[in-house]
Amino acid sequence: MAGWQVGVDVGGTFTDIMAVEPGGAAFRVAKVPSSPGDQSVGVISGLKALGLDLAEVGAFVHGTTVGTNAVLERKGVRCGLITTRGFRDMLELGRRTRPQLYGLTGSFEAIIPRELRLEVPERIGAAGQVIVALDEDAVRDAAERLAASGVEALVIHFLHSYANPDHELRAAEIARQVWPNRFVTVGHEILREVREFERGSTAAVNAYIQPLMWRYLSRLGDELKRNGMTKTLLVMQGNAGTMTATSAADHAAQTVMSGPAAGALAAARIGNEAGFRNLIACDMGGTSFDVSLIKGGEPALSAEKDIAYGVPVRVPMIDIHTIGAGGGSIARIDKAGLLQVGPESAGSWPGPICYGRGGTEPTVTDANLVLGRLDPQAMPGVEAPVATEEVREIIRRRIGEPLGLDGDAAAAAILAVATHHLAGAIRLVSIERGEDPRDYAIFAFGGAGALHATALARELGIPKVLVPRFPGATSALGCILADLRHDFVRTIGRPLLDCDGRAIDAILAEQRAQGEALVAEDGVPVSGVVVRHEADLLFRGQSHVFRIPVESPGFDPERVLARFHDLYRARFDIDLGEMRAVLTNLRTTVLGTRQTVSAAIFAPAVEAREAAPDRRRPVQFGDRRWDTPILRREHLAVGQEVRGPAIIEQMDATTVLDPGAALVVDSNGNLVITVGAAS
Amino acid sequence: MTLAPPLDPVLLSVIQSGLRQVATEMDVVHEKTAFSPVIAEGLDRANGIYDRVTGEVIAQGDTGLPSFIGILQFSTQHVIRLRPDLEDGDVIIVNDPYLGGTHLMDVRMLTPFHYRGRLWCYLANVAHWSDTGGMVPGGFTSTATEIQQEGLRIPPVRIQRRGEIDRDVLQMVLGNVRVPEERLGDLKAQMSALKVGARRLTELLDRYGADTVDAAIAEFKARSERMMRAHIATVPNGTYQATVYNDSDGVTFETLAIRLTMTVADEEVTFSFAGSSPPCKGPMNCPADLATSGIYIAMKHVFPDVPINAGCFAPIKVERPVGTFLDAQYPRPCAGAAAEVCQRVMEAVFGAMGQAIPERMFAAPFGTSGNFSLGGYDPEEDRRYIMYMFSGGGYGGWADGDGLTNGCSSLSIAKTQPIEVLEQAFPILYEEYALREGSAGAGRHRGGFGLNYRVRLLRGEAKAAFVMDHGVTGPAGLLGGEPGGMLAIELSQGGRRVLPPHVSKGEGYVLEVGDWIQVRTPGGGGYGPAAERPAEAIARDEARGY
Repeated sequence: MAGWQVGVDVGGTFTDIMAVEPGGAAFRVAKVPSSPGDQSVGVISGLKALGLDLAEVGAFVHGTTVGTNAVLERKGVRCGLITTRGFRDMLELGRRTRPQLYGLTGSFEAIIPRELRLEVPERIGAAGQVIVALDEDAVRDAAERLAASGVEALVIHFLHSYANPDHELRAAEIARQVWPNRFVTVGHEILREVREFERGSTAAVNAYIQPLMWRYLSRLGDELKRNGMTKTLLVMQGNAGTMTATSAADHAAQTVMSGPAAGALAAARIGNEAGFRNLIACDMGGTSFDVSLIKGGEPALSAEKDIAYGVPVRVPMIDIHTIGAGGGSIARIDKAGLLQVGPESAGSWPGPICYGRGGTEPTVTDANLVLGRLDPQAMPGVEAPVATEEVREIIRRRIGEPLGLDGDAAAAAILAVATHHLAGAIRLVSIERGEDPRDYAIFAFGGAGALHATALARELGIPKVLVPRFPGATSALGCILADLRHDFVRTIGRPLLDCDGRAIDAILAEQRAQGEALVAEDGVPVSGVVVRHEADLLFRGQSHVFRIPVESPGFDPERVLARFHDLYRARFDIDLGEMRAVLTNLRTTVLGTRQTVSAAIFAPAVEAREAAPDRRRPVQFGDRRWDTPILRREHLAVGQEVRGPAIIEQMDATTVLDPGAALVVDSNGNLVITVGAAS
Repeated sequence: MTLAPPLDPVLLSVIQSGLRQVATEMDVVHEKTAFSPVIAEGLDRANGIYDRVTGEVIAQGDTGLPSFIGILQFSTQHVIRLRPDLEDGDVIIVNDPYLGGTHLMDVRMLTPFHYRGRLWCYLANVAHWSDTGGMVPGGFTSTATEIQQEGLRIPPVRIQRRGEIDRDVLQMVLGNVRVPEERLGDLKAQMSALKVGARRLTELLDRYGADTVDAAIAEFKARSERMMRAHIATVPNGTYQATVYNDSDGVTFETLAIRLTMTVADEEVTFSFAGSSPPCKGPMNCPADLATSGIYIAMKHVFPDVPINAGCFAPIKVERPVGTFLDAQYPRPCAGAAAEVCQRVMEAVFGAMGQAIPERMFAAPFGTSGNFSLGGYDPEEDRRYIMYMFSGGGYGGWADGDGLTNGCSSLSIAKTQPIEVLEQAFPILYEEYALREGSAGAGRHRGGFGLNYRVRLLRGEAKAAFVMDHGVTGPAGLLGGEPGGMLAIELSQGGRRVLPPHVSKGEGYVLEVGDWIQVRTPGGGGYGPAAERPAEAIARDEARGY
């Protein structure tokens, strides 16, 4: 392995960095505060904290929230749109929705305002035929007008361009002649898939964040270069692959969800090495709980995500279900007198009551503290904690009194309700995909994941929990593990048996060639190239597609059909043999595999010793206090076994081992928890 | 029943979300496997759990269509009354509007769920099939004068007996609907959702015990009721009246008036429709259960946080609208009721609440589903087709902001289909699909904008039908806001411009190649006097060409 492999995950609060040394035998981790104004400051300071010589870096992979946050906070650049006559309002109209199921208030602003959305005469039909020729002068005029009104990024998005991209390509050529910079996004180049609103929205998001990504990545790249780095900066994508910073700036929409994708990927790889191929990856931090499914060693992807209300992004990205449940989730009694936890969060400011920053509402973290699960002396970044007694009293007053419970019982109730919400999110993610959660193990990471994982597993009947050596640095590790990745899609929309296998092979071969060319252009050393093809199918009349892997060359419609029927029956328990199958989309994924790092490097070097606890403290489990040993994670040796109750503390996370549960430290330093029955 | 153990508050929360998750999983399976786009894409379906004795709703799925909140409860009550003979493994199919239904296209299915050898509850669902026969493809007739013209009417019969599908009933149904192979798919999807629900519910009961869950359900009902009572108590006591109009019944061009009287007395509210228009000739008669359901949905929009179960509606009394078009009796046609009359009932509730608690309310939303169907023949593909489209419109302005543009109908959460998908499937071309400028009701906070689309026929011949509304009156403003723009439909047949005599309704319009239809949907009403609109908001609207 040539040079240090460095992974960086920039989160809202902290920047986590992991670096694996040349040869892959040793590693370093660091956690520094993020720098919200310019994330590169935090990244550089983290690198300094690691004491790395950047000249010795072989690969540097970055997970970033710059793009995602810009959309969520509506802080992208001024964008303009040139589109088909009659359709400029598409991004504002959406598909007839409202923000909540009940309640008719609410509002929505399109990310490109109406005055910057211009139309030109042109029209392609559903079969790709030209119905109205492109008015080239109108394109030039529109581009000039938009440039003159201070628009920085331009989107060109025409109807049915997935079927025939000629008009979009020609319009882009004309626009680029007058456009003052490189920021021109062409709809079908970002997503060659039917559905005008979703494709247009994806292109608009791309344009909206592209200049920000470009500037940020240029600045970071320059900074890294100035500090001696010679290698290409790589950026994590939402699909759990990486691409070069240059590609990322052009395909900025691909960086949405980049951090969570890295986390899921690391979960998959660490789990594989530990012998767990089916995992439910649970990332819990201060405000949210992200669940993703890993089946057969691979994180599940989805191309159906909305990044915010009315803003779909349809590039394949990690299929993560997020609920507003984290350490900062607020507990309250609703009008019906029932205890509710979240989705409101105290965030990191003012944060939980115990942080002593003026928080007054009881949170999940406060409940954990009151019950003895968290160490009041060791709250990360907390300078003036509030006394535990005081927190307990507030919980008793606000939650306990209305329910007729004392402070501890109220705190336990908060955790029980929170756990149930988390379990609900897991059920939905697994069951919606036809999976029984009990066939999985929980992979718990993030600062708060391992605090709740055992209780959560018990609630769901899940037998095992895996806690990696560095729960807080999991996403940074995922960056190191990611392969180069490029995804392609082409809409077909024809009955499967009417398709000519050779014509399908030709399309897939073209997608493959495009991907291989991009991997070559990336200029990053790869150990191999892997190509995967998939088909989206449905039965004529249906709307929801069902995705199956296919072979090419040698695409045989009959065989594909048989496979489709089998998999459909297995998933939904319905036989639709009499229906006509339609091939909707063809998808190709091209991976440039990078050197892999083994999780074995995280195996602790300490010698096994008697499980002499570092400390003890009373911790509430069930309805009583248990005298519980508190162990330091770094003192646990390979093969060491611990029986619950126990608390394992480390710099970036706390693991709670409930009574009845037991853990063993595996050869890679993971805690493998056998959940067992409550006792 | 043996004495249940005391219910701790945590267990209550856990069981509450557990029951909702069962119903939500039914929703998911139903949606993913259905064939009618209106189910799969439009989510025009609902699934739930109903009381074994009273038929009252215990839980409904999170993604079910709001319009079915009350409907499945009423429908279940009718089935319990009419079919005391059901056994474990039976599945009932029913679409009769007069038995807790809406229009014939909404097909309900129900199964008695047995746990450890005894009836524990009913699982039921409903879905809007793309066709159930009748004089107009897709079922949205605006000229029928008796229900037989509207399609196949199915009384509560068993489509499955003791776990075995009844092929006779199945053939009877499929023999009377258009595109039967897709309807078979819809039927299977619906049955599969019931199956999944039964499996998950069994797991839930195994885990917590049937007696505990029973006790919890009683507790939820009591709590939802308390919560709704607490909300109603914040509405000043008094009598509030609102009169709203449907354009016509499609046959006689006269407005239909809904006169709603809302009487708030402390923690209870009573609604009366006395004085509303008498039964009508055309298909705008509304079954009484559906009118009640409209009131429930509206109340849920006004107080969104009350969990749905029977307790939620206990403090709401609705007097049966005897002698009006809101109490449809056989054989009155009802095809337009579910979409158009029910929404107008909701608007009447919003209007009455707007007088009582204007600071918490919104001006009237666009109030029509905009149903447009096209049945034709495509010579290029040698195929008959039914195209079905609904559309959005503007929401009303409210205390903190302007109304939403192109929002979903207030009784629905159905998304419209992408234009590209429609153009792939049917020989049509959309020349325009745009925000309807000038349609928002003016106000301090203006309404949202309606939609303006024009669609042209490319091949063959087709027949168009529409059932829409708010073409004669606009959605009302609140606190001095102006009404939103009225719906307008225009056709071009052989170069000749045609305006439907009933403005928002019509059928049998034959389209040939090159003919087109233009639809402009209503905007939402304004909130507060237009003179109070801030200058910067006016400037922004002008810059955007609104």
